[in-house]
Amino acid sequence: MISPSSEKLPSANVAPAQLEHGVSPWLDAWHRLRRNHLAVFGGVVVIVLSLLCVLGPLFSPYGYQQTNLENTFSPPSASHWLGTDQLGRDLLTRLLFGGQISLMVGLIATAVALTIGVIYGAIAGYAGGNLDRVMMRIVDILYALPFTIFVILLMVFFGRDIKLLFVAIGAVEWLTMARIVRGQIMSIKRMEFIEAARSLGLGTPRIIFRHMIPNILGPIIVYTTLTIPGVMLLEAFLSFLGLGVQPPMSSWGVLIKDGAERMEEYPWLLIFPGTIFSLTLFSLNFLGDGLRDALDVRAAKD
Amino acid sequence: MFRFIARRLLETIPVLFIIVTATFFMVRFVPGGPFDSEKATTPEIRANLEAYYGLNLPLHRQYTNYLKAIVLHGDLGRSTKYASRTVNEIIADKLPTSLELGGLSLAIALVLGLSAGVIAAVRRNTKVDYIVSSFAMTGICVPTFVLGPLLVLIFAIHLGWFSASGWYVWQDRVLPSLTLGIVYAAGIARLTRGGMLEVLNQDYIRTARAKGASEARIIFRHALRGGLLPVVSYLGPAIAGILTGSFVIETIFQIPGLGREFVNSAFNRDYTLVLGTVILYAVLIISLNLVVDVVQVWLNPKLKFE
Repeated sequence: MISPSSEKLPSANVAPAQLEHGVSPWLDAWHRLRRNHLAVFGGVVVIVLSLLCVLGPLFSPYGYQQTNLENTFSPPSASHWLGTDQLGRDLLTRLLFGGQISLMVGLIATAVALTIGVIYGAIAGYAGGNLDRVMMRIVDILYALPFTIFVILLMVFFGRDIKLLFVAIGAVEWLTMARIVRGQIMSIKRMEFIEAARSLGLGTPRIIFRHMIPNILGPIIVYTTLTIPGVMLLEAFLSFLGLGVQPPMSSWGVLIKDGAERMEEYPWLLIFPGTIFSLTLFSLNFLGDGLRDALDVRAAKD
Repeated sequence: MFRFIARRLLETIPVLFIIVTATFFMVRFVPGGPFDSEKATTPEIRANLEAYYGLNLPLHRQYTNYLKAIVLHGDLGRSTKYASRTVNEIIADKLPTSLELGGLSLAIALVLGLSAGVIAAVRRNTKVDYIVSSFAMTGICVPTFVLGPLLVLIFAIHLGWFSASGWYVWQDRVLPSLTLGIVYAAGIARLTRGGMLEVLNQDYIRTARAKGASEARIIFRHALRGGLLPVVSYLGPAIAGILTGSFVIETIFQIPGLGREFVNSAFNRDYTLVLGTVILYAVLIISLNLVVDVVQVWLNPKLKFE
């Protein structure tokens, strides 16, 4: 969102002389992104929070599992900045450590979804014809399924293993990515440089991964950024139901669950994790929206 | 149109078949049976229980029996946790509550979302628009399991206006429906605003204005129909989200609905109840998606029933 200030759009005041030193599209997008305050805010929050979550627990005097039964439910104080929980564990340490887990689930499960989605979409888009029709019909049908329910089933029956969590969530979230990649691949499939690559005798995988994917990185980056909050939300949803990350391990979903059970007397147990989690989702969404505007990706839904 | 619906219905059969099959075998192949948690089951009792539920038959016989019962009688079997009850009875008992919760939430989402979106679009780039848009973004980013407990904290515990749990009187229904509805209200508001803005710039709106149509008539009669399209395509995922979201809501607010029953049955390894609930949810979501698709084509003549 560009604020209605006196600032003009870049194209409006580019003098012909300036046009000569061209700017790479990525640099151009970077400049546009930097002018988007909300996106910059989102990016900064994400980076700062990630650093805090990774480094914070190293400097904390408490361990994330370290209990102290003489100091349970302590309100925020000088020694425990965010207070302690029902077992006297330091909430700040647990929050930062839980952040590591939540962010890690977000990144790894998104990577799984990204891999499946890009390969599937690229094959469908490049092959075209009947194969494409069948593959996309499958995606349409899968879209209509109650997938959260299947993730719940997987988690219940195959043990609540965190590795399984990555795979289960990743296996659910690849559909949109597949659609987007397919649409993008189809739109550049007939361009000259692809024809040139083909006439040089390059193999199909090489054409797809060396020549096509790099050209559609923009949309892929945007939707990856927008997938991460969705994945983190699903992790927290499962952990809240007791089906995701298991105590004494911590994650934002686990902390919110614990907090919600005791909020009546000890509201900070809910408010701190809830705020940090919402702030993270907020920031990732703003960053994703900003990237979409900066990279000029239109709603490439099909 | 009838051919479209018929074809989609036909397509549903193999999909449901795959869901039933996949879930059936997934549930059977996992470690831990439904009677593992019983205290001190003697081998005789265990054998009797397994015979009662047909679990002593070869797997393929269990599967064909299960399918036959569903197709011929709509019978989903007996709960392995509550031996005296059939899955059909449990569903009949619990589903109405969940449907009521879902219906109320959807109504809240539509009323709040549509009106906020239309107002924001009509007053675009004013304070009203910014307020609506930031509320919508907040609504999307605060998950139900944070919002729900917070609303309870404020409106039930501190102000005492509504109750924090149960499902008996109207005070019980306010907070759960609101919690579940707000996320989708936010999504609908954003989509309505976007859709309306796009439509309001089009030639036919200018024509309507030039012909002297009133502003209200332009918005409700001309613009809304086109502006609603993105909202309608969002309804499919929204309905699925509301149904699965009810698992969390029913847990937070202790509502005796099917969502909570499903989560419990998964923990209890109640084979038949899990299977039955999954099938029911699949049927619900698939048929509601079909309704959404039909409405979409009906609203937008450019799409054809292919």
